[in-house]
Amino acid sequence: MKIETIKSPGGIDAWLVEEHAVPMLALRFAFDGGSMQDPVGKEGTANFLAQMLLEGAGELTATAFQDRVKDLALRIGFRSGRDALFGNIEVLTESRAEAASLLRLALMEPRFDADAVARTRQRLKVGIARAAREPDKVAAAEWDAVAFAGHPYARPIVGTLASVDAVMADDMEFYRRRAFCKRTLKVTAVGDVTAEELGQLLDEVFGDLPDDTQLPVPGAVGVLPAGRRSIIEMDVPQSVAVFGMTALARKDPDYMASVVLNFIGGGGSFSSRLMEEVRVKRGLTYGVSTSIVPMRCASILKGSVATRNHLIGTSLEVIGAEFAKMAAGDIGEDEVAKAKSAIIGSYPLAFDASAKIANQLLGLRLDGFGPEYVANRNAMVAAVTLADVKRVAAELLRPENLIVTVVGKPSLGAEHVAPQASASAA
Amino acid sequence: MLAPTPQGVTPERRAVQFKLANGMDAVVIPDHRAPVVTHMVWYRVGAADGPSHRSGLAHFLEHLMFKSTEKIADGAFPKIVMELGGQLNAFTSQDVTVYHERIAKEHLGQMMAMEADRMVNLRLTEEEVATERNVIIEERASRYDNSPNARLSEQMNAALYLAHPYRLPVIGWAHDIAQLSREDALSFYKRYYAPNNAILVVAGDVTPDEVRDLAVASYGKIPANPAVASRDRAKEPPHEVARRITLQDKRVANATFQRSYLTPSYATAESGAALALSLLMVIVGDGATGRLFRRLVVEDKVAAGASGGYFGGGFDSGIIQMQAVALPNRDLGDVEAAVDAVLDEVRENGVTELELNRAKRSLRAAYTFESDEQEKLAERYGRALSVGRTISEIEGWPAAISQVTTDDVKAAALTHLDIRRSVTGHLLPEITNARSAQPRQVSAP
Repeated sequence: MKIETIKSPGGIDAWLVEEHAVPMLALRFAFDGGSMQDPVGKEGTANFLAQMLLEGAGELTATAFQDRVKDLALRIGFRSGRDALFGNIEVLTESRAEAASLLRLALMEPRFDADAVARTRQRLKVGIARAAREPDKVAAAEWDAVAFAGHPYARPIVGTLASVDAVMADDMEFYRRRAFCKRTLKVTAVGDVTAEELGQLLDEVFGDLPDDTQLPVPGAVGVLPAGRRSIIEMDVPQSVAVFGMTALARKDPDYMASVVLNFIGGGGSFSSRLMEEVRVKRGLTYGVSTSIVPMRCASILKGSVATRNHLIGTSLEVIGAEFAKMAAGDIGEDEVAKAKSAIIGSYPLAFDASAKIANQLLGLRLDGFGPEYVANRNAMVAAVTLADVKRVAAELLRPENLIVTVVGKPSLGAEHVAPQASASAA
Repeated sequence: MLAPTPQGVTPERRAVQFKLANGMDAVVIPDHRAPVVTHMVWYRVGAADGPSHRSGLAHFLEHLMFKSTEKIADGAFPKIVMELGGQLNAFTSQDVTVYHERIAKEHLGQMMAMEADRMVNLRLTEEEVATERNVIIEERASRYDNSPNARLSEQMNAALYLAHPYRLPVIGWAHDIAQLSREDALSFYKRYYAPNNAILVVAGDVTPDEVRDLAVASYGKIPANPAVASRDRAKEPPHEVARRITLQDKRVANATFQRSYLTPSYATAESGAALALSLLMVIVGDGATGRLFRRLVVEDKVAAGASGGYFGGGFDSGIIQMQAVALPNRDLGDVEAAVDAVLDEVRENGVTELELNRAKRSLRAAYTFESDEQEKLAERYGRALSVGRTISEIEGWPAAISQVTTDDVKAAALTHLDIRRSVTGHLLPEITNARSAQPRQVSAP
């Protein structure tokens, strides 16, 4: 696989992997911003905007726009993350030129017609109301609220019922003008397109964006309020717990060691310690897993587990004990070797479809890496030693670092029990 | 790391099919873009083939297949695959049980050896079985018991079929799961897990000859099991009345409407009816351009979302499903009336050429996008072959879609949107008295 870094005639750069085997193009891009830049009281603005980019633009009403998407057989979508607003499009080669015009229109001239805004608002609120009654979603939101208290990360990306009601068309247009600019734009493309063709497409789609909108740079999260456990009661047979702690930044020299550590602990699916201890040996859950989530203002190691109410306490004890063992240095040379082998050997699996490749590359661009990362990455994993992993485990996995939220009717000691009403209002 | 390739893949690719001497079918779909393979074994046995008083048995066995054999210690199977950089999983449906790995191509032989080993050499201890049963009880709680929408779907499914075993949940009823034993699992295993009841599917950076050699050396060594019987399932009697179900649950936020119709599948339909049903349901139910969305969400403003689809992959039948989420101040009766108006309209007047052409483009594009993902590509072949369809049907699908006419679609709507063969489900927030209380409860923060 060859990654080209190209620059369009208009000066927009992109990473390109030419692959002419399937007559399609997968394009991924992102602008800095994300839900972190939502105004206070108008949480969910970026997410709302992402939806509205498919609800009519230029001369095309929402209905006409969506008919056009269908006519061109496009796969197109926008979504807001915490730190960036993402766009993705898959298009057959035969429709590429028309798709570019439509994408330009969506980004540059969204209409925000009143009926489309109202319709989208309703849909978003239905989703929010539903998520407020799902134990896994409530647990995840509560974890963010506790861990990131005082920082914009504490707020839900989708907003609340009240905040979504407060977001108006002007707010979304203001956000669009503030966040969509060439300086923070990052594009990756994979598929049946040459560098020259892609250059033309980039100029057509993004050429009219302002150079730089001076979006403010967000502040770091700071120290997480470690050692917190919160419980939200919900009348469900199975409790869901989200647990996590601070982790290493993406560019920390020990980051790869933390990836290996996470794989051993809870990231490695059926080969992880948590899966072995909680599921395979004890039958306490269908799934338990952890992952490292490096974000711009914080990095966390986070996991979840679901167990019937009367046994969730046991699951959490087993998880805590396993973290404590690892923090104390109980990690084997063999475990590290196997984890590294798995992480190295599975890297090509992330590159076996155009859309997957484009996603991988966009992630690297957002993290500030160059295209050489792909070739160098496995050597970085290979260089991780047992001592590195133990050092990182001792730093991260201390039991007192854990922040745990549980939703359900768990049988465990309750330091803080909130009624269900406060969960749905959160 | 990734080898660019001159021949590559195209959506018109021809998969290569062959059969081993012991009766095991094999299909190879070359895809040389990356040095990886997707390896799948599809057993022609699923939840609907188990005894009716042991619902969940096929899925139970799927879990237990990750236990030990003579050669592979308990729980080692996934660890070995992952250490080699592979990913793996398994799934059970009503018609099939499937085990699959994605891995660097040099490990394909080992994957085949391991998969062949557990085809016939599984051993189970009482303790392993007891622990895994608890895992499945937790799985059921996660997927169903914690979710009102999933519980409604389960109840509707149980009501849609009058006799056919598709009415039983794949994961099993909770009381059946609690009773599943080591003996149940082993007798099911011995009866159905055999090369002559399995299909090998390999997609990726390999040639058919390479796969054939590896397959002969692994699966080819297992003798056929002549006792494997063809599927013998209860047949549906004529459906004479529509069924209705209401589930109330305090964890429901917005009242939701669902409707299911029992239909033919690609495997059972005559003369292209399944193709017409696929197109019909793109036109009626696919996303923001579907007629349901346009009528219920855009025009009548009774629902926050409305969609539907046709699922034609079943061995014995297919299903049309649709759903709509009521806006907070709207009654489900209004929602249902609007859905029925859309369906009556399409039954009466059919669809337009414009709609049909748009739907055809959409389905053909989906086929191309699917061809870009190796795992989905492999699944496309496995799914179809395991219910008795052929490679030429699979690869001829985009062309066959192009041949469908507006008359075909109208005929399919008239015949198959038959309310007598349907179940209607209402999911409501729990209320103590008057139904007028229900919408307002929803909009409260």
